[in-house]
Amino acid sequence: MSRLRFWKQTGGPLRPVSAGWDLFALTCAVAAAGLAGLIVVLVAADAWYLVGHGVPLTELRESLTRPAIRRAVAMSLGTSLCSLVLSVGVGISVGYVLSRWRFSGHALLDTLVDVPVVVPPVVIGVSLLAFFGTGVGMAVKQALKAVDLSLVSGLGIVLCQFLMAVPYCIRAVKAAFDDVDRELEDVALVLGCSRWRAFRGVTLPLARSGLLAGGVLAWARALGVFAPIMAFVGTGPRVQVMPTCVWLELSVGNIEVSLALALVMLALSGMALLAVHALAPGRRWP
Amino acid sequence: MTGLALQGLSVQAGGFRLGPLDLAVEAGEYLVLMGATGSGKTLLVKALCGLAQPLSGRILFGDAEVTQAPPRDRGVGYVPQTSALFPHLTVAGNITFAAWARGRRPAQALAEVADITSTLGLGPLLERSVTTLSGGERQKVALARALCARPRLLALDEPVSALDEPSRQDVCKVLKQSHQRFGVTTIHVCHSIVEARAVATRVGVMEAGQLACVGRLKELLARPPASAAARRLLGVDEAADNPRVPGP
Repeated sequence: MSRLRFWKQTGGPLRPVSAGWDLFALTCAVAAAGLAGLIVVLVAADAWYLVGHGVPLTELRESLTRPAIRRAVAMSLGTSLCSLVLSVGVGISVGYVLSRWRFSGHALLDTLVDVPVVVPPVVIGVSLLAFFGTGVGMAVKQALKAVDLSLVSGLGIVLCQFLMAVPYCIRAVKAAFDDVDRELEDVALVLGCSRWRAFRGVTLPLARSGLLAGGVLAWARALGVFAPIMAFVGTGPRVQVMPTCVWLELSVGNIEVSLALALVMLALSGMALLAVHALAPGRRWP
Repeated sequence: MTGLALQGLSVQAGGFRLGPLDLAVEAGEYLVLMGATGSGKTLLVKALCGLAQPLSGRILFGDAEVTQAPPRDRGVGYVPQTSALFPHLTVAGNITFAAWARGRRPAQALAEVADITSTLGLGPLLERSVTTLSGGERQKVALARALCARPRLLALDEPVSALDEPSRQDVCKVLKQSHQRFGVTTIHVCHSIVEARAVATRVGVMEAGQLACVGRLKELLARPPASAAARRLLGVDEAADNPRVPGP
């Protein structure tokens, strides 16, 4: 205990003298340790299962390099990067509007942005099916067909991923814009900037770490989208992504391959989360 | 020649209304507007900068009406109380920001404003990050940034209120020197008679969104206004009550 306190006092910011352990502090510590332990156990279980069942590494490598799996990995990475670009573009615009402007309908927009986060993911897929089955959606589908594009493709996957990922990006970007003093923008305007130039020269550089964190979060979320893609795009061989691949391999009994894919996704998501934490303003790392 | 004219200017901010104000400031004049907190000083500065939309009335810089002009086209140099320096830029980056805003190269702009940086004594600080500056240095950089935009009007919103006494005196001296050197028409709002004495050509007192009086400080002290708040700000009653306080 004394070693831990010494390390924190020398390495961290100013701290008050410890108030000691009571029931409240103990409950909090147990909850934190329990949650961290549960997540570590779940992640370790994937690797442990593969090791415990003596799955040879060569066999796993062969399974993971099958054309179908490679195509799914490439599709996942390609579509998630497209979703990232879209999410950042829309996230910056909507985040700026929510942070800087006050208008009737502000609270409604603020609420609508969070809808994809709170509804069950499959509902997004079903809603997309319903939208493209009627009225304007049908017209859009016809227009896409006229230029040889189909929604049962990377396009549909990007749409699902974008809808699921963009709220996370907007939240992070809005928080970053909120932290930029508005008076700095006012001064930039008076000094001769247009709105765009003030945004580019002052707001954007000062909100940089929040924007990067929002982008990484959006990418990680897009990479993991499963239910909307299952419902809207399906699981055809040309539209498989890593999450649907994990499910399909599991459903035909290839638990080893699905676990190996799961580990790949965990590694990618883990790296993204580490990046988010490292980029957070004022964060000391580790 | 008139540098700034306000004709029946009214501005609404929430439940507070500024004006209607009528005021004429000669070109090259340094007018200090004093007022208690909530008297509308900052709102007036924001209206001059184009950051607050007037309800009615006109703002003229020289012969040009700027009432509806966007902030970038007014030619105002703005120094807020907090200095509002851009923390991601160096002192040189801040000073040449107005040039960058107009699409000009900052290095060339810095050479063109050497007279301003030398008058304000900022030469040794140019490459420093603004986050490492003292309060007084920050206000000097904010003043240089505003002057480097070559403004028609300098609007200073309590530029020394947040400083300690030595820095306050130092910045007031710099304000006086730069006004003498560059002769920019200046509106300086504050609530300190000491500040007004140090820099003003003329002094005005604001009370509840209205201009209670305006004139040369000596004249105002010789013929004090009727308003109790204005008399308190000018230190008139205090001087009468306490002979040790320097009078007019």
